Amino acid sequence: MSDRGTGERLDARGLLCPLPVIRTQDRVRTLRPGTLLDVIATDPGVLHDIPAWCRVHGHRVLFSRREGEDIRIRVEVCET
Amino acid sequence: MTKKAVALISGGLDSMLAAKVVMEQGVHVEGLNFYTGFCVEGHTHAIRRKDRAKEKRNNALWVAEQLGIPLHIIDVTSEYKDVVLNPKHGYGQHLNPCLDCKIFMVNKALAWGFMDEHGFDFIVTGEVIGQRPKSQRKETMPIVARESGADDLLLRPLCAKNLPPTRPEREGWVDREALFDFHGRNRKPQMALAEAFGLTDYAQPAGGCCFLTDERYAAKLADLWEARGERDYELDDIMLLKVGRHIRPAPHYKLIVGREEGENRFLEGYRKRFLHLRTSRVPGPLALVDGTPARDDIGLAAQVLARYSQGRDEAEVEVSVHHPDGVVELVNVAPLAPAELPAAWHV
Repeated sequence: MSDRGTGERLDARGLLCPLPVIRTQDRVRTLRPGTLLDVIATDPGVLHDIPAWCRVHGHRVLFSRREGEDIRIRVEVCET
Repeated sequence: MTKKAVALISGGLDSMLAAKVVMEQGVHVEGLNFYTGFCVEGHTHAIRRKDRAKEKRNNALWVAEQLGIPLHIIDVTSEYKDVVLNPKHGYGQHLNPCLDCKIFMVNKALAWGFMDEHGFDFIVTGEVIGQRPKSQRKETMPIVARESGADDLLLRPLCAKNLPPTRPEREGWVDREALFDFHGRNRKPQMALAEAFGLTDYAQPAGGCCFLTDERYAAKLADLWEARGERDYELDDIMLLKVGRHIRPAPHYKLIVGREEGENRFLEGYRKRFLHLRTSRVPGPLALVDGTPARDDIGLAAQVLARYSQGRDEAEVEVSVHHPDGVVELVNVAPLAPAELPAAWHV
């Protein structure tokens, strides 16, 4: 468990959607509100799916960006 | 007290409408979507470059957003194997175990939804009598309810009036009169209901959302089972069946040849686990070799690969053969002429 700002990391590289979303969902379930989770993935589908999953569950995407072949999405876990 | 329903959300119109109908009656609804490994959307869009312009939305998530409900996606790839390999009610036109699949999913929804921490009261599906020839018939509706264990806690709002009242109807959790009597393959009632709800954008998958209903995919899966001498698979197997040309020169091995850059990149992820081939001096695809090729087979495999490279018209092409133990050898081969590649090798 980590506090806000220290951040958690989820490596979902090589997984195809919806597996990165499922891994994100399962990890977020274990985290306290305020925790930041960086999801690293390679499937461009995450650029749509993880923000969509966050919206329906009330979490926030702080940013998503490409880093070479990887995609990094930072999620802030919110109270739901 | 507000009743809670868990709705199976496939991403298609029917399950979306079924959830909406119940929500309109003041029921708290949350969506559940199962990932079996055979789902059509997602992977294929992500892999192939030609598909990159397509919208990559997950339809189930999109439906949840339109409805304003949470969606829980459950990975059932391991447990689902038994449904595919041993369907009690058999297969549909190809290797699609649709009736067993529906029973499985309702059962999983029951187990998930009725856990203490979730506390749902009933299950909602978008089934319509007569909609699907294998799994959605008048006689299969009670089978799904009974064999899933959901019994009369399974509500099909779109065709409820054609079925005996369920407990949610009998207890007044929902008003049966506000449910529907849809039947058959005609989609007009659903489209009219969607319009009444103001839902104008929805997925209409042709042939369903499962690769097992796809003739060519099912043929590749059957070929895999035959070649291995057993009906079994791992997740990687069924993912690889979605990608590349599958060419089987002999029962004991086959090549998976990338058709374009996106597929080559995807196959790259598997290269350390497979013997693989690539052309070393001319542009060409990556080929994984699945099975147990003998020493003599590698030359033929290299010739097949060369046939799909930009050196296909050359007298000889250099191919690098990468063994799983890290050893790399170079071979020079004559690309197979199209006539030398029998159609029967294409799985």
